[in-house]
Amino acid sequence: MINAVLVFNNHGKPRLVRFYQHLAEEVQQQLIRETFHLVLKRDEHICNFLECGSLFGGADYKLIYRHYATLYFVFCVDSSESELGILDLIQVFVETLDKCFENVCELDLIFHMDKVHYILQEVVIGGMVLETNMNEIVAQAEAQNKLEKAEGGLSAAPSRAVSAVKNINLPEIPRNINIGDINIKVPSLSQFM
Amino acid sequence: MYVPGRLRELIRTIRTARTQAEEREMIQKECAAIRSSFREEDNTYRCRNVAKLLYMHMLGYPAHFGQLECLKLIASQKFTDKRIGYLGAMLLLDERQDVHLLMTNCIKNDLNHSTQYVQGLALCTLGCMGSSEMCRDLAGEVEKLLKTSNSYLRKKAALCAVHVIRKVPELMEMFLPATKNLLNEKNHGVLHTSVVLLTEMCERSPDMLAHFRKLVPQLVRILKNLIMSGYSPEHDVSGISDPFLQVRILRLLRILGRNDDDSSEAMNDILAQVATNTETSKNVGNAILYETVLTIMDIKSESGLRVLAINILGRFLLNNDKNIRYVALTSLLKTVQTDHNAVQRHRSTIVDCLKDLDVSIKRRAMELSFALVNGNNVRGMMKELLYFLDSCEPEFKADCASGIFLAAEKYAPSKRWHIDTIMRVLTTAGSYVRDDAVPNLIQLITNSVEMHAYTVQRLYKAILGDYSQQPLVQVASWCIGEYGDLLVSGQCEEEEPIQVTEDEVLDILESILISNMSASVTRGYALTAIMKLSTRFTCTVNRIKKVVSIYGSSIDVELQQRAVEYNALFKKYDHMRPALLERMPVMEKVTTNGPTEIVQTNGETEPAVLETKPPPSGLQPAGGSMLNLQKSLCLDVMEMTSVMLRMVSRFCKSPDHYFFSAGIPSITAYNKNGLKIDFTFERSNTNPSVTVITIQASNSTELDMTDFVFQAAVPKTFQLQLLSPSSSVIPAFNSGTITQVIKVLNPQKVSDSENS
Repeated sequence: MINAVLVFNNHGKPRLVRFYQHLAEEVQQQLIRETFHLVLKRDEHICNFLECGSLFGGADYKLIYRHYATLYFVFCVDSSESELGILDLIQVFVETLDKCFENVCELDLIFHMDKVHYILQEVVIGGMVLETNMNEIVAQAEAQNKLEKAEGGLSAAPSRAVSAVKNINLPEIPRNINIGDINIKVPSLSQFM
Repeated sequence: MYVPGRLRELIRTIRTARTQAEEREMIQKECAAIRSSFREEDNTYRCRNVAKLLYMHMLGYPAHFGQLECLKLIASQKFTDKRIGYLGAMLLLDERQDVHLLMTNCIKNDLNHSTQYVQGLALCTLGCMGSSEMCRDLAGEVEKLLKTSNSYLRKKAALCAVHVIRKVPELMEMFLPATKNLLNEKNHGVLHTSVVLLTEMCERSPDMLAHFRKLVPQLVRILKNLIMSGYSPEHDVSGISDPFLQVRILRLLRILGRNDDDSSEAMNDILAQVATNTETSKNVGNAILYETVLTIMDIKSESGLRVLAINILGRFLLNNDKNIRYVALTSLLKTVQTDHNAVQRHRSTIVDCLKDLDVSIKRRAMELSFALVNGNNVRGMMKELLYFLDSCEPEFKADCASGIFLAAEKYAPSKRWHIDTIMRVLTTAGSYVRDDAVPNLIQLITNSVEMHAYTVQRLYKAILGDYSQQPLVQVASWCIGEYGDLLVSGQCEEEEPIQVTEDEVLDILESILISNMSASVTRGYALTAIMKLSTRFTCTVNRIKKVVSIYGSSIDVELQQRAVEYNALFKKYDHMRPALLERMPVMEKVTTNGPTEIVQTNGETEPAVLETKPPPSGLQPAGGSMLNLQKSLCLDVMEMTSVMLRMVSRFCKSPDHYFFSAGIPSITAYNKNGLKIDFTFERSNTNPSVTVITIQASNSTELDMTDFVFQAAVPKTFQLQLLSPSSSVIPAFNSGTITQVIKVLNPQKVSDSENS
């Protein structure tokens, strides 16, 4: 069973936090901090598995993590999950995000936290793996997004094309110096300036 | 009208904050705005507010005031509202809040909604955080959805059912009919979650397990199709068809085939096929192979298959990818008990992993190395392990040291080697050695009689430079106390004897006593050692007297008590001193039972070793405790005799009228770990100076105690006669006793002090 799915950046700022067991808020934040410290210490050439028994209250638990550019994706699992399988699952999840957001970068995760949760919901339910086929996941997430858009979306205002919404971010991008070395594929600014 | 800002804007604002305090301020302002908006019951913008709340919750700020709002959103008709509402419920609520029960009705309605996505949302939420009450209420709905033809819903219902079963195990029966057709699905998502459901049911109930065994042929067929089907673009991951499903099926096969010959046989072919045909260049292939190996080792597979599996693991060990090596070491650890010989073949690779940079790999390699030590390879392995002990991180040292001691005890080829190894460990990782190692080591040293001189010499040299490592110092002081005479006499066969004077020895012991680094226990050891040397050294008795009297006023109560008692020994009971401080007798050593196949001890080892009957394999844990009992018995021998001495002395002191009126009541001299020994006293009829003690030993544990030998020692003034015991086996469960008669003669009828 998957105990938790955590995504945080190189400075420990959480970008996605999902626990599949009941934990108080302070405990959750503490776990995020400690996981970050554990994972930060790991060298590039070390295996992606960490024992973290005392952290999550059971000797059985392992942290399986992958580092993509500026983000750490960490899954906390118990012994009923195959370690190598979870590594592949992380890869599937990231590739799905890539498909949904078109060359995903950290900014996408920051501004569309709810969408990322919905995508995760299509992959994992209650700590168990639901679907691993990327196309399926993307299709279902898209269908639900369409439903939402038809109703007016989260902003509860009539929605324009998705690209128009994305444009709002453009003036911001030069100011966000803390994105560091992310590979951002920004649509060429000249068209909209 | 105030329109609450969009989530996007909030995020942008928060990102501009340059300090934590600024961020907190912004969040507090926003929370206040959200709270007032909630109070106004603003339906249009509620979803926005909850989204913002969830974002702030992720950053670590309290968001509990949004819980009820989530419920209101769930009850709304709009999909957007429901979506964010359910997400909020999953993140903010759990079964400890009473509020969550209000969701039950909403979820029930949504499970029957016309839109499949709404149904999906409800299933997802129930599957994540449904409490037992909710599960009980809604299990019927879930079961209905499990039989629907909509694959999107079916797979979610399957996982939801798993959660229900976990919360309310009694409901498992309810889902049984629905599982009949689950494996006939074409949709891989449904297949996957169905296998998860079946796995959960089989793990929970042996009846279900027996029931589902008949599915093995079907599972084998599905697996075969997956492997043989060729390229299928939908399920392909790096050239392999749906590896996740393959891994799941293999895991279920493992559970079904365990302890069952027929199922295992049905699986043999497919397992062999998967093992040989899978591409290993990518991680996915290795994941499948790994799962296959675990399955082969767990079921009753034929030996050829097992050898294949271990060889795959061996190949994994040589892989460049760290993850694969880690995984291989983990599985080898699981299989080393059952397939010891096969794993031995890979010993050198495993030992190389000890030098890896990765901490996780090193730990695994260390555990595996200890499991692989046997009589044949003990010298080589020990060398590697000692080198590892030297260079490893502190978190490993304690475990490594204990492991080395255990292995050395089981397989030591010679006493000298054993002692050398112990010395190496004590000097390298002396401060990390566990506390119980010290008495074990002392016992070991006592028993290697011919090595006493060598041992004490080496120990002396070790602490000469540095006496900060407590376990080392404790063992060394004890040895110097016991064998100090050998040390100064300059006889040593094994190595070049060193010239040490009595004063130098006392210098070292005194500096241990004074040093700030010495623990209280260590000081106790040192003081006792100094005292013992008073009978072994000839010229420095006065110095010893002085040291002992100084500590009579020590702040440390333990030291003070010892010093005062020793002082008394010097002053009033000097005639008893030599007897009391005699060399310790050889303690009955107990061999622990090593792995049954490979115990090989060199003929040189300890003729003093007591051969214990190896306990039948099924009773291994009980046997272990029996051995511990015997060990503790040995160390309690001194305690028991001191009890006996005290009884005898009191008896002898008693005036005759006491004897005639009441007699000495029998006592229970020892009652620990199920062994009870009773003493009954009477005066001998023939000679009034002789006390006849009858001992009765009974055993309340589940195992017979064999080779029970009672020994006793008395001060020189007394004489002791031990008659032969009734038997040497104490039957279990108090079904019989051993009786033995002991005669003690006190020729002078001198009353002894209470302290003896």
